[in-house]
Amino acid sequence: MAGPKVCVLRAPGTNCDHETAFAFEQCGSQAESIHVFRLLEQPERLSEFQILCIPGGFSYGDDIGAGVIFGGQMRSHLAEAIGEFVQADKLVLGICNGFQVLLKSGLLPNGAASWPPEATSEREATLTWNRNGRYTAVWVKLRVESEKCVFLRGIDDIELPIAHAEGRIAVRDNAVIETWHQNDQIALTYQPRRFANAPQTALAGVGGGGDVATDEHELLAYPDNPNGSVANIAGLCDATGRVLGLMPHPERYVFATQHPQWTRRNLTGAGEGMSIFQNAVRYFE
Amino acid sequence: MLWDIEIKPAPHQPDREGRRLLGEAQSLGLNSLRDIRTAKSFLVEGDLDAAEIERAARTLLVDQVVEVFSTHALNGNTTQVTSDKGGNKLIHILFKPGVTDNVAQSTLQALQGHDLHADRVATCRRYWFNADANPDELRRFGEKVLSNAAIELIVEGPLHLDSLSIGHPYAFVLNTIPLLSMNTDELVKLSREGQLALQKDEMLAIQAYFREQGREPTDIELETIAQTWSEHCSHKTLAGRIRYREDDRETLFTNMLKETVFAATMTLREQAGADDWCVSVFRDNAGVVKFNDDFDVCMKVETHNHPSAIEPYGGANTGLGGVIRDPLGTGLGAKPVCNTDVFCFAPPTMSANELPPGVLHPKAVLSGVVAGVRDYGNRMGIPTVNGSIFFDERYLGNPLVYCGNVAMIPVGKSQKQANPGDYIVSVGGRTGRDGIHGATFSSIELTHESEEISGGSVQIGNAITEKMVLDAVLTARDLGLYSAITDCGAGGFSSAVGEMGEETGAEVWLEKAPLKYDGLSYTEIWISEAQERMILAVPPHQWDKLHQVCADEGVEATIIGQFTDTKRLVLKYDSHQVGDVSMAFLHDGRPKTVRDAVYRIPAERPLTKPTSKIGSYESDLKKILGSGNVCSKEWVIRQYDHEVQAGSVVKPLVGVNDDGPSDAAVVQPLLNSKRGLVISNGMNPKFGDLDPYWMAASAIDEAIRNCVAVGADPQCIAILDNFCWGNTDRPETLGSLVRAALACRDFAVAYRTPFISGKDSLNNEFTYIDAEGKKQTVAIPASLLISALGQIENVASAVTMDFKEPGNLIYLVGTTYDELGGSHWADIQGVIGGTVPRVRPESAMLLYRQIHELIKAGLVRSCHDLSEGGLAVSLAESAFAGGYGATCDLGTVPTEGDLDDISRLFSESNSRLILEIKPEDPQRVDEMLSNIPHAAIGVVSDKPRLTVLGLNEQIIIDQAIDDLKTAWQKPLTWE
Repeated sequence: MAGPKVCVLRAPGTNCDHETAFAFEQCGSQAESIHVFRLLEQPERLSEFQILCIPGGFSYGDDIGAGVIFGGQMRSHLAEAIGEFVQADKLVLGICNGFQVLLKSGLLPNGAASWPPEATSEREATLTWNRNGRYTAVWVKLRVESEKCVFLRGIDDIELPIAHAEGRIAVRDNAVIETWHQNDQIALTYQPRRFANAPQTALAGVGGGGDVATDEHELLAYPDNPNGSVANIAGLCDATGRVLGLMPHPERYVFATQHPQWTRRNLTGAGEGMSIFQNAVRYFE
Repeated sequence: MLWDIEIKPAPHQPDREGRRLLGEAQSLGLNSLRDIRTAKSFLVEGDLDAAEIERAARTLLVDQVVEVFSTHALNGNTTQVTSDKGGNKLIHILFKPGVTDNVAQSTLQALQGHDLHADRVATCRRYWFNADANPDELRRFGEKVLSNAAIELIVEGPLHLDSLSIGHPYAFVLNTIPLLSMNTDELVKLSREGQLALQKDEMLAIQAYFREQGREPTDIELETIAQTWSEHCSHKTLAGRIRYREDDRETLFTNMLKETVFAATMTLREQAGADDWCVSVFRDNAGVVKFNDDFDVCMKVETHNHPSAIEPYGGANTGLGGVIRDPLGTGLGAKPVCNTDVFCFAPPTMSANELPPGVLHPKAVLSGVVAGVRDYGNRMGIPTVNGSIFFDERYLGNPLVYCGNVAMIPVGKSQKQANPGDYIVSVGGRTGRDGIHGATFSSIELTHESEEISGGSVQIGNAITEKMVLDAVLTARDLGLYSAITDCGAGGFSSAVGEMGEETGAEVWLEKAPLKYDGLSYTEIWISEAQERMILAVPPHQWDKLHQVCADEGVEATIIGQFTDTKRLVLKYDSHQVGDVSMAFLHDGRPKTVRDAVYRIPAERPLTKPTSKIGSYESDLKKILGSGNVCSKEWVIRQYDHEVQAGSVVKPLVGVNDDGPSDAAVVQPLLNSKRGLVISNGMNPKFGDLDPYWMAASAIDEAIRNCVAVGADPQCIAILDNFCWGNTDRPETLGSLVRAALACRDFAVAYRTPFISGKDSLNNEFTYIDAEGKKQTVAIPASLLISALGQIENVASAVTMDFKEPGNLIYLVGTTYDELGGSHWADIQGVIGGTVPRVRPESAMLLYRQIHELIKAGLVRSCHDLSEGGLAVSLAESAFAGGYGATCDLGTVPTEGDLDDISRLFSESNSRLILEIKPEDPQRVDEMLSNIPHAAIGVVSDKPRLTVLGLNEQIIIDQAIDDLKTAWQKPLTWE
């Protein structure tokens, strides 16, 4: 039988929808790229799908702040349709700008539990400007922290690329990090990515460090933690493990040849990023 | 009511921008500025009360985790209250009225989407300085660092604003120009003062045409002709008649480009016969060649030099935006898959005090240009995969910004034809006063006053609008909803409609064009270079569908006229006819002048090597590694998304730490096919100072060499030319260009690499008045960029340049000659003269083919080309990229004649590469290279040092790869 139906929801300025749909299709699902204008016209269409994925890009130019306008539409006009979707046993994935949208809409970090949020309520966390103050594209190493995140089952660590300007997770109060730990909501953290014979790099440390480190979560320097994210967090999920947002791009590592060092490591076949999409599709088998 | 929503970093967040600006102030020596704090502000006008403004801030505009805000009502008569009460000095920076403000536009729409009834929004930046800051220093800082006078204005102290309304209703007045009675001087004056950039003969031809018509021209007619005949749009110099003298020989060209660059392609296409793989060349917005059974591939490279000199961010931003529209406007529309960029700047290390008036600091130009390319490419979702930066003091005041785009087009979609009866449809952005006179401006030499008089030529892009247009156009293409498409670039509607209707005729209804604001005259609408617009020819029965496809993506599509069969260009505004010119006069009426071009082959001067240096090359090597052209560009590259669309195979940075310099990019453009594109470039203005012929030949060789190094098939490479030169009214300047074009012809044929597209930008000179009151002119060096579009059968056979395993052998393939002329070694030594590298195409082609066979056979673990800095630099780069050392013996290097250590290390002879071969493979490799000069010159070692043995068997280089890498990375590691 055909796999689950995936809604790859795009807005003006979304630009990773094509390869994200491709990754889902490679895993045996049926992915459809839907413009948010269509969903605004007919919000009930969302119920046709089992997986909602908001891909990367610059929705509405990120002109007010990354994901703010798209997130605002989710929280207002689409609130009911999204609410029904997350109440059901379905999956939501936000990649890069999609993560920004999920966080700014209020669907993350707490998923259905706090949906829909009050329009003017104050968020506990945000994704804001990288420590180095500029857009940065670099590969990172990630460790899977969450045991219940559906998308990350069976993965211990993974290398993926990031490419963003506003990827630093900042919190209003550090105490929330402990809550996330307790609820198993910290999905992915940045890890040191060093190589035995790598010469030092003059760029290491530039833009790294930060002033919101907590004692038990020492911040890694750039480029390991590329944006200065608090507690080195790269991805968050809700307490059910069915809503995930992450800054790195798994859809950019579905072939071995997309890895920056495939020629050194003699990598062939599929890329590790594929497993995240496979996990999502398998959830419905 | 006008509201001000002021947003500052929250107390626990750093004011990063304030800190950065303080650093800039210190580097400018503005020592009275000791404290800088920043805020951004949204000015919102509409029927909104304080509670609604509060809601706007909380729901949309402020990120309360990291920001704090305050709101104030603005009233033009009262003193503005801001959150700051410390008596500090306050400066506001606002966009000038009418300048595109993308953030404001998005904010307005978002507010309206949340039932907040805003009518207008503007953004503003706000800065506070310590109260005792020196007013003169403050003003200088405001002008030099905080703002750009071309697009922004500075308000010191509180804002006295009560409305954001701009524009006023337009009252139609037909303007005619009394041309018929003018004498020659008056005609020339009219051309200059009206920024028409037309020559005397051209003005006379226009006068004759209208005398024949028995009437005076209207302003719009004159503007249309000026734009069509501009250098930028017609390439009248290079595609014109040229009398070229080289020593005692004289050649007369009737169309120089056609007889050189284009002729090479024609020759190759004839030779190829049935195997001809060119699809559409030199006729459309981009050149198209075959890729696979389903898709062809096209490429275009453009320059945007003059706008980038005035406003680096906007200039580069719209430069990239413009070149992306070229493939989109090629055939029936191609889908962009990657970008390239090549920049030429003055050294960023120049002191601010050395700068002539009217010149932006090279570091500001570099930062602005990079940010402009970054923000357009990243937002469009098109990876920027390849590029270079060259530094030379002669680019001061006239930087070069080349932007390229590669796109895929389905087989059979490369031809188009607008038919009489088709609607002329404008799709995308609205029309404003942006960029009026861009086409003619780009054809004028820059002066220190350019910053002031040409500000209107600067455009600001909106990449999201262009992305939406792209999505809509490709959907419409696949539904077959239009018969032709082209982009609105320089010259706006005038150029786009004039070109599309050349064979048919067109009638345009200018009042129908959607405007950004009221008050534009019919002429302004016609020649505006507002960005992100495409012109489509739509058969009337497809109009409804096309309109729906665009509406579905939120894109505006408007009928602004109709193609006719009259072969005339008729322009109307409401019921008034404002222009009527025959297409024949517009496109062929330009007088054909013969330009003189002279080139004298200079006697070669020997290069004197400083004797004291012999035996010590470590500091030479480090100096070259740290020179602007060679050093790491990671600071730039990491700001570009080079992986979006998921086609990245060989990235710009490779190696064990992802930071070695790749020779070329490999991109897999179709996710379901392993066939790949290879993108590279070749350029070396330093060779041009010695001989532009060998400069051009070397650039072609370098572009091909880079392609081959990562695995491209050398028999399937297409190339593009971009000539950026000084003022070609000087016969010597034009002569050096013709000489370069002759090399393009000769070597394209010899290498069997067709030119498929090209572009030129002339008059790249900067004039200013120096401290003694003397007029000084700086011309750029002859700058020919060759871009290569290669192909690789299977991306999984691609190769990178980093050393892979200790114990592998290092092969040098190709002959080293005594060719230190124009080399980086000569540059750092400050010595001139010497032999410029030659190109020997027959042996080079054989070499490239065999290397390709070795790569396909899987025998090459790494491959790196030898270019700037020669063998020494390539070895160092492969070593530190791979994290391994290398030990090499210069005595084994294949050479022509007796070469000393310096030439072996640093000569920049063409057609050479180093290969890394596994210890078990030399026999097979030697067999496959049997006819080709090559040698095993060393081994990869796990000891992290580069060790080179000289001819006298002494160690002449022994350096830790860490130190070499630091020397290479340091210059462009900016905060």
